[in-house]
Amino acid sequence: MLASPASVIQAEIAKAKASAISLSAITRRFGHKWALRGIELDVAFGELVVIQGHNGGGKSTLLRVIATAITPTGGTGRILGKDLWRDATTIRAESALLGTSNGLYEDLSATENLLFAARMLGVRQPAERVAEALRQVGLANDANERVRAFSSGMQRRLAIGRLLLQQPKLLLLDEPFNTLDADGVALVSALIAGTRERGGAVVVVLHDLARLNMSPSATYTMTAGRLS
Amino acid sequence: MKVPPLQTAELKITPQWWRLLGVVAPLALIATQTFGFMTSAPDRDMGNLQKIMYVHVPAAWNAFIAYFVVFIASVRYLLTKDERHDLLAASAAEVGAVLTALTLMLGSIWGRPTWGVWWTWDARLTSTAVLLMIFVGYLALRAFTDDPERRARWSAAVGIFGALNVPIVYMSVRWWRTLHQVQSSPSTVDPAYAWGLRLNAIAVLLLLIYFIARRYNIARMERQLEHRRDELELRPEGEPVHA
Amino acid sequence: MSAVAAKDLTAERRAKANIVAVTSLGALTLLVFGFAIGPDVATLRTAAAGILWLSVLFSGVLVFHRSYQIELDGGALETLLLYPGERWEIFAGKLLANLCVVLLVEAIVIPVALVLYHVSVPDTWPALLAVIMLGTLGFVTLGTFYSAMASRTRSREVLLPLLLFPMLVPVLLAATEGSSALLVGDPMGDAGAWLRLLIVFDVIFLLAALFVFEHIIEA
Repeated sequence: MLASPASVIQAEIAKAKASAISLSAITRRFGHKWALRGIELDVAFGELVVIQGHNGGGKSTLLRVIATAITPTGGTGRILGKDLWRDATTIRAESALLGTSNGLYEDLSATENLLFAARMLGVRQPAERVAEALRQVGLANDANERVRAFSSGMQRRLAIGRLLLQQPKLLLLDEPFNTLDADGVALVSALIAGTRERGGAVVVVLHDLARLNMSPSATYTMTAGRLS
Repeated sequence: MKVPPLQTAELKITPQWWRLLGVVAPLALIATQTFGFMTSAPDRDMGNLQKIMYVHVPAAWNAFIAYFVVFIASVRYLLTKDERHDLLAASAAEVGAVLTALTLMLGSIWGRPTWGVWWTWDARLTSTAVLLMIFVGYLALRAFTDDPERRARWSAAVGIFGALNVPIVYMSVRWWRTLHQVQSSPSTVDPAYAWGLRLNAIAVLLLLIYFIARRYNIARMERQLEHRRDELELRPEGEPVHA
Repeated sequence: MSAVAAKDLTAERRAKANIVAVTSLGALTLLVFGFAIGPDVATLRTAAAGILWLSVLFSGVLVFHRSYQIELDGGALETLLLYPGERWEIFAGKLLANLCVVLLVEAIVIPVALVLYHVSVPDTWPALLAVIMLGTLGFVTLGTFYSAMASRTRSREVLLPLLLFPMLVPVLLAATEGSSALLVGDPMGDAGAWLRLLIVFDVIFLLAALFVFEHIIEA
């Protein structure tokens, strides 16, 4: 028996509302090279999605498109219910990307880096929140040291601290376990769990599924710009 | 993967009316130059050298027009992100740069017998030199940027800024020269020359349009080829290519 | 916006070596030009304003480069673009920080020029100050804007001056002529016209830069 048009539409609306990410035919080129070739992706709130694949497959590019750090060459999508093309600024307020580079200013101290982030994010009571975040990532003792002096593990933890400040609804992680020790790995896991508890969605790009000690809702592999 | 050759029909991506100009414009130029030579007697002081003005001034005017095209195309690109405007701006910039260089060379050649020097800091000539450098900067930026989207956006920004600056440059250089008046500016707008200049300007305009259109056409074809190749790369192996 | 400015300034302050180096380069340029022109006092005085502004120009481009270098080094630019907020605020913040640094450099280089070129401070120094401030504003506006692009290309050292200097011709003329006139007390009242030109220039390009910045920073 066919479903009535009204209920089909309602189901679609409900699905759109509950979806954190909904991408259709997304493509992205860099000069002559196509990094993304027609991506279809749906992620609902509360889900943890893992994307695997070899280097150069376009995983980082996909995350950046979802984060609205770059615009795609073609395709449409809705992130957090907002249009990918038109409402990019509002999407950014509630999503966070931890990329392969940490995005830190090396001449500034840890506190200063986070304070800057807090001010840019419009966080209330920035000083306390920053101190709290530093404590949570175990950098409270090095708060006033310049980032230049940090080890790569410490820098990574500082970047995670920035994510703790933001409490995003959509968490995007690109190889988050790189250069982290056991404590750091625990932090990232806590971050992922925390986001899901608050009803958010998480997309993680990973080489090595083993370090993730929770089971993802879905796993995709990315090869040459296509998802499977 | 081997790219199948483009069908000839696919190459007609711009209207081809401009090809006619390839014949009309040079003829027009010959006609107007002859007119200029016939209708004005050799200048009192400079003899037939003054006739250089019939190329120098129209070249200058048309360089401005080229820059104006760069401006409009740049603005339209930023508004629509349609790459065709970017290609038009780049084509106009190339032709404009050539015209500006020509203007400078002719001005210099005219100046040598007249004032005994290859260069004077004459207001118009100097401003034209600055305009040439702005064109060159625009083209250099394009040369050093590989990603087409980035190149288009950045050139559009630079094109707009350059265009905004052109009147300001001219004004400021003119004021500067009136302060340091060493020799009087050459008077090039002797009424006897007016019609000759106008007609020649129109002929050069036709040439300008022809060259820009031709360059634009080539640029579009190059792009078309790139798109085709990319399209083919996008398809997984084994799928038939749609005609 | 102020957050960006504060952040940039703190970074500059930390790398004190950089500001010292830039200022030294400015002073060095003055010295070297002095050698090139020769010790004749009258010639030096006439050339003083022009050479001063050239020194500022050459030192300034280094400031602009560094302003973007700190973003590119740690991959911070991408993170910067991920924050909510308008793109023009990023530009305004960087502009403010660059302005402070360049003014600081000028504050040191100008007295050096006065000494080296035998120029005395005239009665018209408030107007002179206005010319310097407005000229610097125009310079820094275009410099911050163009270096956002040039710093991310292959040959940034060449491209930034190539793009920037032709655009600065009006500023250079206005600032040089205005300064020269004011240094001798402005007998013919020329400075007013140049000041007006600087104001028009600054307004036009400040507005243009604020509008267009988002298009160039995201690419």
